[in-house]
Amino acid sequence: MVLFFLPPAILLFTLFVALPMGAAGWYSFFNWNGYGVPTNFVGFRNFVDLFQNPAFHTALGNNLLIIVGSLAVQLPLALAMAVLLADRVIGTTTFRLIFFLPYILAEIAAGLIWRFVYDGDYGLLAKIWESFGATAPYVLSEPELAMYAILIVVIWKYFGFHMILYIAGLQQIDRSLYEAARIDGASRWQIFSRITVPLLGSTIRLSVFFAILGSIQLFDLIMPLTKGGPSDSTQTMVTFLYNYGVTRMEIGFGSAVGVVLFLICVVFAFGYKRVLMRHD
Amino acid sequence: MSPVVRYAALFLVAGLVLIPLVATVLGGFKTLGDLRVNPFGFPAQWEWRNYWDILGGSRYWQLMGNSAVIAVLTVILTVMVSAMAAFVFVHIQFFGSAFLVNYLLLGLMFPAATAILPLFIQIRDLGLLDNYWGVVLPQVAFGLASSILLFRNYFKQLPAELFEAALIDGCGYFRFFWHIVLPLSRPILATVAVIVFVHSWNSYLLPLVVFNRETLYTWPLGIMAYQGEFSTDWNLVLAFITLTILPAVIMFFAAQKHIVAGLTSGSVKG
Repeated sequence: MVLFFLPPAILLFTLFVALPMGAAGWYSFFNWNGYGVPTNFVGFRNFVDLFQNPAFHTALGNNLLIIVGSLAVQLPLALAMAVLLADRVIGTTTFRLIFFLPYILAEIAAGLIWRFVYDGDYGLLAKIWESFGATAPYVLSEPELAMYAILIVVIWKYFGFHMILYIAGLQQIDRSLYEAARIDGASRWQIFSRITVPLLGSTIRLSVFFAILGSIQLFDLIMPLTKGGPSDSTQTMVTFLYNYGVTRMEIGFGSAVGVVLFLICVVFAFGYKRVLMRHD
Repeated sequence: MSPVVRYAALFLVAGLVLIPLVATVLGGFKTLGDLRVNPFGFPAQWEWRNYWDILGGSRYWQLMGNSAVIAVLTVILTVMVSAMAAFVFVHIQFFGSAFLVNYLLLGLMFPAATAILPLFIQIRDLGLLDNYWGVVLPQVAFGLASSILLFRNYFKQLPAELFEAALIDGCGYFRFFWHIVLPLSRPILATVAVIVFVHSWNSYLLPLVVFNRETLYTWPLGIMAYQGEFSTDWNLVLAFITLTILPAVIMFFAAQKHIVAGLTSGSVKG
C-alpha cells in the first residue's frame, strides 16, 4: 500500500522541486551557460556581483515599496470594505463578488488591462487628464511614476482576497460583544479599535503574511506592464531573476538570485510564524 | 454609520474596480479612432467584427485548447497523487512517515521562481521542453504540498470508526480509499481542483521557459505575443483580452461559492 500510494508524490516532488532547489545552490557557485557540465567554479563571485548590481538594489527597494504600500493602503482598504459588507444588507453579495473579481483574473490579463488604462494615447487615465486640459504623461514610461502605477494595480488586484479573509474573520466575532459595548456607551471607533481589530488579530496576521510573501514574489503582473523597465526602474527580485538570469541564460548568476530569494522567503516565513503567529 | 455613507463608499470602490474591466470589454467593440476619443463610453458604432475575427481564426482556440489540456491534466494528476499520499499519511503508520511528510511540506516554503533555472535544466535533460508534460509535471510537483495538507486535514476529520468497520468487513485499503474515502471527500476534492485549476490556467513563468513553439503556447503567453504584434491596435488587443478572460469570469459567476471558498480556504492552512 505504502509502496504503491506514496512513490508518485515523492518522485515528482524530488524530481521537480527538491533536486532543482538543491541544484540552484550548487550552480550558484559556477559561471555556466547551461551546456555541458558546470566547471568554471567562481566561488561567491555571483553573490558579490549580485549585491553590487544597482538594478538589484532597485529591485529590493521596489519589493519593499510594494510591501509597505500593501500594508499601508491595501489591507486597510480591504478591512474597511469587509466591515461595510460583514452585515447582510442589500447588495452585499454583489459587492463581495465585484471586489473579488480582479483576484480571479490572471495576472497577465490584469496587467494588460492596466497597460491600456495607463496608455498615453488611448488610455482611460489620459482621457481624464485631457478633460482637465493637461497633456497626459505616459505613466509607465516615467521611471519615477511607473512603480507607483504598478502598486495601484497590485492593490486593485488583491484587496478583494484580503477582504474575503477579513469577512470570514468578522463573522467569528460574537455579536453580543458589540451589543454590550454599545450599551456601555462605546463609540463606533472605540468598538472598532478595541473589539473588532483585536479579535481579528489572527486573521490580520495571516493576511499580512500573505501580502508580504506575495509582494516578495511579484512577477507576472509586472511583465505585461513594464517588464521591469524603463531602465530597470520597476525591477523586482523575480523580474530581475528573469531579465538577468533566464533571458541571458546565465544559469550560475540566476541561480544565485534564486538562492537569495529563497533565503529571504524562508527567513521571513519562519521568523513571522515563530514570532507573530505562534499563538494562532 | 448611515446607509448613505456606507453605500457611497461601496459604490465608489466598486466603480474603481469595474471601470477598467467594463472599458476593456467595450473597447473591444470600438474602432481605433473611436477608442482614442472615447475610451470610457459606449461605442459610436458596435464593431462586432473585432470579436468575430478572433473567434473565427484558429489562434484563439489553439491557445484556449492548450491551456485547457494542461490545466485538466494538472488537476487530475495533482488530485490523484496528493489524495493517495495524504491517505497513506493519515491511515498507515510506517517508519519514516513523519520525515516524508515534512519533506513534502517543504514545498510550502518557496515559490517556483526561485528554482526556475535549474528546473529548466531538469526539464530539458528529461527531454520535456516543448511538451505539455514539461509544464504539467512540475506544476503537479509544486502543487503537492498544499494539496496534501488540505487532504490530510480533511481525511483526519473522517470518523475513525468508518475505517475500523471497513477493515472488519474485509474491505482492503484500496477499496476503502476508492469506495469510501473519496466519495466522502467531494467538498475537499472540489476545493483542491479549483485551486489547482486556477493556478494552472493563469500560470505564466513556467510555460514561458518551457514552450518555444507557438503552437503550444498557453493563453497568457499567446496574449502577450498578440499584444506585441498589435501593440498599437488597442481595440483588437482589448477584444482579445476580453475573450481570454471570459471563460474564467463565466466560471467564477457560475460556481462563485466554490471558487471563493476554495481560493481562500486553500490559504488558511495550518
